[in-house]
Amino acid sequence: MAVIAEPITKPVSRFHFFLDRREVLELFLVAPAIIYVLLLVGLPLLLAVYYSLSAYTVYDPTWKFVGLANFRDIIQNPTFIQTLVNTFIFTFGSQLLGLVLGKFGAFLLLRPFPGRKIVRALIVLPFVIPVALATIAWRWLFDSLYSVFNWTLIALGILDRADVPNWLGTPWLAMLCVVIINAWRFFPFAIVIFLAGITAVPQDVVDAATVDGAGFWRRNYQIILPMILPIMAIGLIFGIVFTFTDLSIVFLLTQGGPVGATSVLAFAGFKTGIESGDVSHGAAISLFMLPVLLIVTVLMLRFIRRREI
Amino acid sequence: MSAVVARDIVKKFGEVPAVNGISLTVPDGEFMVLLGPSGCGKTTFLRIICGLEQQTSGDLLIGGKLVNEMPPRARGVAMMFQSYGLYPHYTVRNNIAFPLKTQRMPREKIEKQVEWASQLLGISHLLDRRPRQLSGGERQRVALARALVREPTALLLDEPLSNLDAKLRTSARQEIKNFQMRVGLTTIYVTHDQVEAMGMGDRIAVIDHGKIRQVGTPTEIYNDPADLFVATFVGAPPMNIVTHNGGGYLGFRPENFLPKDMIEDGAATEFSFRVDRSEYLGSERIVYGVMEGFESKQPITAKLPPAHVREGSIRPGEWHPFAVKNSALRRFDNSGNRATH
Repeated sequence: MAVIAEPITKPVSRFHFFLDRREVLELFLVAPAIIYVLLLVGLPLLLAVYYSLSAYTVYDPTWKFVGLANFRDIIQNPTFIQTLVNTFIFTFGSQLLGLVLGKFGAFLLLRPFPGRKIVRALIVLPFVIPVALATIAWRWLFDSLYSVFNWTLIALGILDRADVPNWLGTPWLAMLCVVIINAWRFFPFAIVIFLAGITAVPQDVVDAATVDGAGFWRRNYQIILPMILPIMAIGLIFGIVFTFTDLSIVFLLTQGGPVGATSVLAFAGFKTGIESGDVSHGAAISLFMLPVLLIVTVLMLRFIRRREI
Repeated sequence: MSAVVARDIVKKFGEVPAVNGISLTVPDGEFMVLLGPSGCGKTTFLRIICGLEQQTSGDLLIGGKLVNEMPPRARGVAMMFQSYGLYPHYTVRNNIAFPLKTQRMPREKIEKQVEWASQLLGISHLLDRRPRQLSGGERQRVALARALVREPTALLLDEPLSNLDAKLRTSARQEIKNFQMRVGLTTIYVTHDQVEAMGMGDRIAVIDHGKIRQVGTPTEIYNDPADLFVATFVGAPPMNIVTHNGGGYLGFRPENFLPKDMIEDGAATEFSFRVDRSEYLGSERIVYGVMEGFESKQPITAKLPPAHVREGSIRPGEWHPFAVKNSALRRFDNSGNRATH
């Protein structure tokens, strides 16, 4: 019988192929994101929850637990209720306007025309310009004395110099301005979402609807729109969350004025908590967003799941 | 149900003609197959008929009416797409009802029609499902039901079987054909699959480079091809084409190219054939080789019934006497068209 020399098995270190193990590699790659979220989102959130339940102020940094007293205080404050209403108007008004503009824009950009690529590149500008720069430009457009809109309307003879609107001085006009600016910032995003959705609808389905006798409107509202609803809802969740928590436009344009007509939750939280140093009440105001956003997000995600096709 | 008539239809995309002057008459109730390689313009022609594309020039008549300027919804034709184009957010019931809803048909009538169409195709039990919950074959039936539900003037089918697996394709082929015969609907069926074309068509129009090369019954197309393209496109393996010493081309089908001793009939032409390789496929044996004194771009093929062929008469590497009946020889002139003699 032939004896075959047995090969010497070289011992391989247990850690030699450590990163080749799927579960180790997964953990290794995901860890930075998890650590980042825990440190920069989780920790501040827990801190905010604690602040809102304490009597902490900048002047008296106590950790004294006061239960829901802070929340009771702010709910009883009529200014806060107005702020809450403002936030809803601001969020849903600008989202609605942004969606309508986005759908129009997407339809215009869908058909090929000379210079379409340039227009496509330019249309994302509102989205990428720093909000501070953009808002300053808008402030000039809405200025009480130098408003470009007013001057144009006067020059066209539509308005008399005596009764030009005071854009940022009239409460409801100021709210309209804030909504318009936010919609202007949001609509390129809406265009991108719509374009992505519409181009993902198979041409066969659209063609089938055409042959089946559907005209332009029926095709759009009974076939294309329902099919892109899930992707639209995702975009809308983003828009709502970002707008609901945004304070930059209000801060830069109106400072919440006139008389609190444009004050929104994030802005009020900042004013109370940071500027006035009343950290506990500021935290309570900010945390008010949490349940609202949670409900909106859960409802929309459930809607998407149900619609999934 | 109506006749479809196309007169010199041209469709250009930019400068490129996709359809280059097609004239075709499909009588009422006929099953017409448009057969051609991919990119030959057959689908574009179909899309022109249903109005999804507008022809650059030429006239189109459906049921005797000029429909050049009519939008798709006014033409009354139904089309079934390659990937079916079902509406994913609707149930099967609503998918089938959609063409009726666009006509603003009263609700009770819609229900009755949907019932009729779904029973016709045996999908009554699927009405409340959504397209994604259906198998490929079921989707195909739903698409067919949706096309038929409003009793169209003509039914257009764009490669409807290409998304089915081979087994299902055979049965679906039967079903569509049976169904068309029962309803007697004018049908235009686009395919690149010659088996489908031969098996289903009352007539076949062979299209290449945006032009019709030949229109005829499957027998005519197969036995009397009008030119070299039709001769080599239809049939598997294709017709053998060799250059004839007197100029022009000579063609014969592989199944007519047999060892000489298998032809009892006297009126046959003899060739010397060197077998290079042979493939045994169970029901048939395909033999490849070259012919003495004739030139051909492709290897010459012979399709033989294995049960009746002696091993010795096709031994590879040797020259064997083969023959073709004179009645099975086809002559083509130098430009590739069928010569009269």
